[in-house]
Amino acid sequence: MTEYEPLELSMPAPAFRPGDVPDFSDRAFTLPGAVRKPPVDEEPEDMRDLAFQTIRVLTDDGVAVGPWAPELSPEELIAGVANMLRVRVLDRRMMNAQRQAKTSFYMRALGEEAVACAFQTTLEPGDMSFPTYRQQGLLVTAGYPLVDMMNQIFSNEADPLKGRQLPIMYSSRAHGFFSISGNLATQFVQAVGWAMASAIKGEKAIATGWIGEGSTAESDFHSAMVFASTYSAPVVLNIVNNQWAISTYQGVARGHATTFAARGVAFGIPALRVDGNDYLAVYAAARWATERARRSLGPTLIEWVTYRAGAHSSSDDPSAYRPKSEASSWPLGDPIERLTNHLIMLGAWTMADYEALEVSIEAEVLAAQTEAEAHGTMAGGPNAPRDIFEDVYEEMPTRLIEQREEAGYS
Amino acid sequence: MTSMNMVEAIRDAHVVAMEADDSVVVFGEDVGYFGGVFRCTQGLQERFGPTRCFDTPISESGIVGTAIGMAANGMRPCVEIQFADYMYPGYDQIVSEAARLRHRSAGDFTAPITIRMPAGGGIFGGQTHSQSPEALFTHVAGLKTVMPSNPYDAKGLLLSSIEDNDPVIFLEPKRLYHGAFSGHADGPVTPWKKHELGEVPAGHYTVPLGTAAVRREGAEVTVLAYGTMVHVALAAAEQAGIDAEVIDLRTLVPLDIDTIIESVVKTGRCIVVHEATKTSGFGAELSALVQERAFYSLEAPVRRVTGWDTPYPHAQEWDYFPDPVRVAKAMKEVLAY
Repeated sequence: MTEYEPLELSMPAPAFRPGDVPDFSDRAFTLPGAVRKPPVDEEPEDMRDLAFQTIRVLTDDGVAVGPWAPELSPEELIAGVANMLRVRVLDRRMMNAQRQAKTSFYMRALGEEAVACAFQTTLEPGDMSFPTYRQQGLLVTAGYPLVDMMNQIFSNEADPLKGRQLPIMYSSRAHGFFSISGNLATQFVQAVGWAMASAIKGEKAIATGWIGEGSTAESDFHSAMVFASTYSAPVVLNIVNNQWAISTYQGVARGHATTFAARGVAFGIPALRVDGNDYLAVYAAARWATERARRSLGPTLIEWVTYRAGAHSSSDDPSAYRPKSEASSWPLGDPIERLTNHLIMLGAWTMADYEALEVSIEAEVLAAQTEAEAHGTMAGGPNAPRDIFEDVYEEMPTRLIEQREEAGYS
Repeated sequence: MTSMNMVEAIRDAHVVAMEADDSVVVFGEDVGYFGGVFRCTQGLQERFGPTRCFDTPISESGIVGTAIGMAANGMRPCVEIQFADYMYPGYDQIVSEAARLRHRSAGDFTAPITIRMPAGGGIFGGQTHSQSPEALFTHVAGLKTVMPSNPYDAKGLLLSSIEDNDPVIFLEPKRLYHGAFSGHADGPVTPWKKHELGEVPAGHYTVPLGTAAVRREGAEVTVLAYGTMVHVALAAAEQAGIDAEVIDLRTLVPLDIDTIIESVVKTGRCIVVHEATKTSGFGAELSALVQERAFYSLEAPVRRVTGWDTPYPHAQEWDYFPDPVRVAKAMKEVLAY
């Protein structure tokens, strides 16, 4: 008879905790330029290798190398820096505004701005994104006015969402940005449905879905994958792997066992794993995936490898669960610095140009904030109109009319 | 007029809706080629093609989640959850997403979706094929909840639901699909072809959401019921010889409160009958509304006759099911005050 030892579990834990010196030298990222670029219509079973490598374009010296290096003009690259900077400055100012009680809550995209900003440039008017709460770069790049974002953040009298939604949970159909839900993963499968409808109607617009690496553990992730692959929906499904789900490191969603991109393989969905801090790699991969969708070649899953350099939200203090120096130790660097270095290396730009852009964006964001604050802030008022009974239904039912009176609304 | 059972009436509503509006799409588990386990979508795929009516993976969150995305893209999905008991994996999508989308986006996005699901017991379905989860929907702001009791209403209410611009939960009392069931476990059902409400007009008509129907006029006690329990209540009144006024609510949200209060003011007594469990059931809401609005007309406490607060049993199904004997007993009790 075989003698067995008592059973035991594997309890995952991150490599570094507060007080440790983070050392990512054992993270084996593929070298820039080393991943092949298949034609968009290659058979999914022939592309499985892509899920286990990391597509990178920019070298440490700021040179764009390999088959994924896109042809973007200096003007387009400068616009990329500008949009990422807009997000970063907006985030800094709104985080400060939260500390001043001008809003109740805020979430920054610090360190992962390239993912949304570069992706948005591959989308067309009419396409629809189903974002999570850290894709403000989609809206900013789509040209949504900063002042409208701030009006929503401040829940003021000009808030397009009338004070009903948690700050940063934007919605703008006109900018291809679906209403954000605070419930995780729900929007991933909705993106698939939107894309299916587009195909059923014989239209040409595509959808993008967004999810964090932690939320891939939700059943809705699986639902989205199975529907997308079953019907070959024209959708790009994006996993933003920023390493941390509040205090929970990616290993608790089984991120160290394999890649998140590998989850596409089982569904027969082509899957890319991409350096999300490399603006050029993000652009190239997004262009490739959206091209597949537009040609009815089916869904693509993309894992964007990045790092959440800031706190989860204004209510979070990451020093309680990870080393303070972890963000600066992250081996894939900062997306704004890396694209700026590339522009300088190209000879298209100078550090003085960057500094001038920074000054101008600081002024732009400040002007937007001044305008938004003239419409009120959370603490200072005037607040959004008191119309919570509107829009529960298309037509207000009797019971809500009665409750509205009871609440003292006139 | 054509004689139809409830399955045929529901199928006919689909045909009318899909012919009138290309944006109506129908999908769910087994609903496409096969036409649904209860046959409510039979023939739709053949008639309208595989992108208008199709089979889905076994994923209720996927069915409801994709429906929300489609609705945001201008379609009007009417989806089937195979049994109401299977709804729970899709509940987050219903409650957190479909119900709130209009409000949270200030009307930027809406979810004009109909979610059909067979509900109720009496078919020896055990605890996973018998539940009546209506109160889990009536509790949620932003949803409408409908339960027809006959073929005529089923078609008219389903067309209203599909045409409504808000999400509608459409509960189908599966015990009534093929005939009016009075709650006598051993007795035969009354086939719909022998029932006046089995006469269904051809083509388009609607029964508006939010209007109840008085199925039996009476002076002694008001009985509030919906779905299968309408027929149980009618049987109880006849057997007990009680002059009950039986109101078929038809839609729970929006609720036709005026018809209810008018009746209670007339009779002075009220009982509520539903198959779902008692505690926090929709009967509690009805009871509260009646005492809030007709207190000085009441001669007796409002009584509830419901399923017990247990899981729906299998072999003991008829111990759980609120039958005419229990309903008649409650009527007599409130008449004794």
